[in-house]
Amino acid sequence: MASERLFQIQQISGHVGSVPGGGMQRDLEICKMIDVTTCIGCKACEVACVEWNRYPFRETTFDNTYQTMPTTEWNYWNLIKFNEHQRDDGTLMWLMRKDQCMHCADPGCLRACPADGAIVQYTNGIVDFNQENCIGCQYCVSGCPFNIPKFNSATKTVFKCTLCSDRVGAGLEPACIKACPTGCLHFGTKSEMKNLAETRAAQLREQSGFANAGVYDPSSIGGTHVIYVLHDAKHPELYGGLPADPQIPFSYTYWKWFAKPIGLLITLLGMLALAFHYVFTGPRKPQPEAREEKL
Amino acid sequence: MTSSAQPYGETVERDLGGLARTVVHEDELLRHPAYTRFLHWSVAIFFFASMLSGLAVYSPWTFGWLTPLFGGGPMTRFLHPWFGVAFVIVWFFQFLNWRGLMTWTESDTRWLREIKRYIRNEEKLEPEYVGFYNGGQKLQFWEIVFGSLVLLITGLVMWLPELSGRIAVAISYVLHDISALIMLGGIFIHIYLSTFGQPGTFQSMMRGVVTRAWAWTHHPAWYREVTGRDPREDYEEARRRLARNHSRETAVRDDAEH
Repeated sequence: MASERLFQIQQISGHVGSVPGGGMQRDLEICKMIDVTTCIGCKACEVACVEWNRYPFRETTFDNTYQTMPTTEWNYWNLIKFNEHQRDDGTLMWLMRKDQCMHCADPGCLRACPADGAIVQYTNGIVDFNQENCIGCQYCVSGCPFNIPKFNSATKTVFKCTLCSDRVGAGLEPACIKACPTGCLHFGTKSEMKNLAETRAAQLREQSGFANAGVYDPSSIGGTHVIYVLHDAKHPELYGGLPADPQIPFSYTYWKWFAKPIGLLITLLGMLALAFHYVFTGPRKPQPEAREEKL
Repeated sequence: MTSSAQPYGETVERDLGGLARTVVHEDELLRHPAYTRFLHWSVAIFFFASMLSGLAVYSPWTFGWLTPLFGGGPMTRFLHPWFGVAFVIVWFFQFLNWRGLMTWTESDTRWLREIKRYIRNEEKLEPEYVGFYNGGQKLQFWEIVFGSLVLLITGLVMWLPELSGRIAVAISYVLHDISALIMLGGIFIHIYLSTFGQPGTFQSMMRGVVTRAWAWTHHPAWYREVTGRDPREDYEEARRRLARNHSRETAVRDDAEH
């Protein structure tokens, strides 16, 4: 068993200046690998997640599928998405994908967040929310390409999957991984998991006839720390709306870090200009002024 | 009924269904009736509540210290849209109240073209054509009308992200900020000019009245309209009177010294 230790911080949301101690410690990038081709939709990972994070099991929503509810919720971070897909040859495929936070290398939630320290990214790749610093603005919700952060209207703060940072910090694998009975969930370093995923994808292409099988690790957001093996990597949308090319809105990358401080600066300079106007031009008093006649 | 107790040269105006009264002394003119003042300060309260809570959400790193005023970060964010809605509602009534006075005219365009003269404070009196509101005040009014419309629409988009979608929220966020920054700049100018910048103006929103000298200095056409007198002539006369008093004082002082 590895000993407990603190994670090194790589990025802090809404933080001006450098990250304290940033870049001074090496850490392995961790990764969760999900092989959707061997998932049986048993939902053991859903239960394990709710159990470990001590949330009560919430009411389910029946939507004519096996899916527990339409999307993840603030206290339900892990959800198997069930989709039926008819292939060109008329045969059916029952697609199951475990949906949760992807722990992006370039996280849209962290980019969008204005609150100092509400979202942190650790050197090992985990993106974690600190609710005590959250102001509940929900910009992270629109910053996320995967629709993951969810607002809790009781606490007025936002929650999502932590990649079991509490377990990982203690040298344990995430709860969902531990619960998986088929071994479709894997946990390890990013390079290890990438190799495993590529091997499995090659197997699917060569031995199982899935010509488009591949690994989902989108480069548009610098890769993710949760990667998928898909039968059809060319059409990730089939798996419950996994975006083929996830993007962070321009306003969160450009406006926030460039225009926001400049906007404030211009406003402050305007105040200064008014003060100088008073000093150099002076007030305009109702005329005639008594003083002027006495001169 | 007030006439018996009313001193010479005092007018009492009743407004807001008889709840409020405005006392206009001799040598003063009624500028803002109580209804306008009531709306102005209601708008101001919700404007500042929206502005302070908004700044705290806009940039918590610089304005996070404002959040305890509203009960912490999440509460600030929760209240902000409600302050905004209240602002839009009271502002709508002010818009109805003022839209006639704020209609843009030829002379406002002219005023705006000569704005340098206004900023440099070059002439003693404003040009003859400046009425109840000058071009700058009208510009401020219409800026808030359109600005608050942008803030309302983009604010609703951000308030109801489930209905509007992710990209609409991301775009609204920028427009909301830009509109708020413009209004922030505008409010600084407004506060400066109505207090330090132009002494005698502030009481027009408190007691509702201004002096005649204030009126012929800043809004000559309005002065002509309400008094039926020539603003420049009255100004010249006031100047002569001041000079006469001054020389009389000097004479008295000289006598005392000898």
